[in-house]
Amino acid sequence: MPKPFTPKVVTANALIEGDVIYLAADDSWVRDLAKAEVITDEAIAQMRLLDAQARASETVGVYLADVKLGANGAEPTHFREDFRRTGPSNYFHGKQAEADA
Amino acid sequence: MYRYTEFDTAFIQERNRQFRAQVERRIAGNLTEDEFKPLRLMNGLYLQLHAYMLRVAIPYGTLSSAQMRQLALLAEKWDKGYGHFTTRQNIQYNWPKLSDVPDMLDALAEVNLHAIQTSGNTIRNVTADHFAGAAADEIADPRPVAELLRQWSTDHPEFQFLPRKFKIAVTGAPNDRAVIKAHDIGIEIVEKDGKQGYRVLVGGGLGRTPMIGKVLSDFVPQEDLLPFVEATVSVWNLLGRRDNKYKARIKITVHEHGIEEIQRLVADRFAETKAAFNGADLELYEEIKLSFQPPAFRNAPEDDFTAAYEADPVFRSWADTNLAAHKAPGYAIVQVSLKAHGQTPGDASAEQMRVLADLAERFCHDELRISHEQNVILPHVHKSDLPQLHKILAAHGLGTANIGKISDIIACPGMDYCALATARSIPIATQIATRFDELKTEHEIGDLKIKISGCINACGHHHVGHIGILGLDRGGVETYQITLGGDGTETAALGERTGPGFSYEEIVPAIERLVDAYVENRESADETFLQAYRRLGMAPFKEALYETEKKNAEAA
Repeated sequence: MPKPFTPKVVTANALIEGDVIYLAADDSWVRDLAKAEVITDEAIAQMRLLDAQARASETVGVYLADVKLGANGAEPTHFREDFRRTGPSNYFHGKQAEADA
Repeated sequence: MYRYTEFDTAFIQERNRQFRAQVERRIAGNLTEDEFKPLRLMNGLYLQLHAYMLRVAIPYGTLSSAQMRQLALLAEKWDKGYGHFTTRQNIQYNWPKLSDVPDMLDALAEVNLHAIQTSGNTIRNVTADHFAGAAADEIADPRPVAELLRQWSTDHPEFQFLPRKFKIAVTGAPNDRAVIKAHDIGIEIVEKDGKQGYRVLVGGGLGRTPMIGKVLSDFVPQEDLLPFVEATVSVWNLLGRRDNKYKARIKITVHEHGIEEIQRLVADRFAETKAAFNGADLELYEEIKLSFQPPAFRNAPEDDFTAAYEADPVFRSWADTNLAAHKAPGYAIVQVSLKAHGQTPGDASAEQMRVLADLAERFCHDELRISHEQNVILPHVHKSDLPQLHKILAAHGLGTANIGKISDIIACPGMDYCALATARSIPIATQIATRFDELKTEHEIGDLKIKISGCINACGHHHVGHIGILGLDRGGVETYQITLGGDGTETAALGERTGPGFSYEEIVPAIERLVDAYVENRESADETFLQAYRRLGMAPFKEALYETEKKNAEAA
């Protein structure tokens, strides 16, 4: 039996800055996972992924990442995605340092 | 030191100009990522978890003070104020923007540095013993031959699309500090009948299928070295498995065909390559050698050293731990630890890089080295200068006396940065270092090498750590496997797995139990961890790791 579909976000790295970005419902790229569009339908997820991949001069390495819905929007289900949305643990650099910016 | 010729300078400038145009075309949307990726990788530019990463080659680990200052400038101007020295004597910048990279490469070219062939399926940065030209046990300085190999391999037309990456290391001393047995080709300078030649090993490597290199030839004469190495890479280039990237490295080719068959094929191919070399390589080698003449060592009293050694226990501890024997009387090799307790192994701030550059200029004939153990070496310091040098190092967080000790840990960047990683390594390293610093047992424990990799590719050399730690993702949870008894020197050995892994929270206490078991079971303080493991085998360590854990669980 195929696995049931779990909620996803479209994510990538920005072409010039290289930082983690997520696709929002209005087709813009956002830096905050909580503001990403959470997709619960597999067919829609595939369409959104294809559309995002077509925007090749904005992004690198577009893929669908698993998330769950929390009180403040999308939250990661795997520690890798948690690091991607936060930054490294040895310096206060990356997203965690830019959160207020 | 080797300085670029007009040819080298023109070559690098042309490459940088090409890459600048490639970046412009990518940003303008005229190149897809699939088209651009091999181009950026050829120039050392990766994309990691949070940003791009630029890997700059430090050929055979040698830097001048001007080069080190330029590395500091890059860190400050285009990165976040620091750089990360790696296990292949490179430096990595973790935060560059794509649009800034061409300027960074131009700045590097100003001081004879580049990022060419620090990635991709090519012959990578040629590494060497970090004590080269200074070590008391050295037969000859390995850097001239490393530079010859660098020039031969850079943009070599036959070797730009190899089955996989290819790594060469060279040592000029019988005590192997360059891990030559874990390289695709390992070269050791040897002497026979008063003539210099090379013992050539092939098929070593770590990663998911670790192998110790095998002897391809016991003695390759000086004049045959390049044609011999070219024949070897050429045989593998045709024979290597391009169908499966996990079986593509030469270690698998040697394993599948057997060393005798590889020796036969290389000998056949050598007959052809040798005929094609016209002796220009030998002339070049003689020219290169002139760039690596030893500095003018001075004769001076060592009284200042002796006085400080007797009076200052902090200096004494540092001198006992961080100095190595130099070939010139009155001199020492200084190992500057980039492993201050709790800090990221191998990281140096721009300010620390400048301090090191100043010290090299003032006390060390303008030379610095980067070791594969992620420390900085000042190779030629007169002993009378050491007290002053130590004072300056200590004032800038560079005075840690822990070389070869439990907190002198090799760690790959792991999942804090690397897109391939399956778990973090840096916080494990910093927690182990901090824990044993709190216990104040580091010097009592003695020589012990811990090496940590955050995935099976083994950039952190865990297979050859006395204690190796491998971070894996087991069902969405960071899990750490331990190996024991690994050795990266001339007595190279691969570590053996202890058993089931430990969680992120459990791994540091597990290491502490291992070390306690060693201290309890050693014959005397002179028996190192590795010696004790070789004598005792796995049993007492396994018991300490797993039985104690079981008892604790039962008691709870």
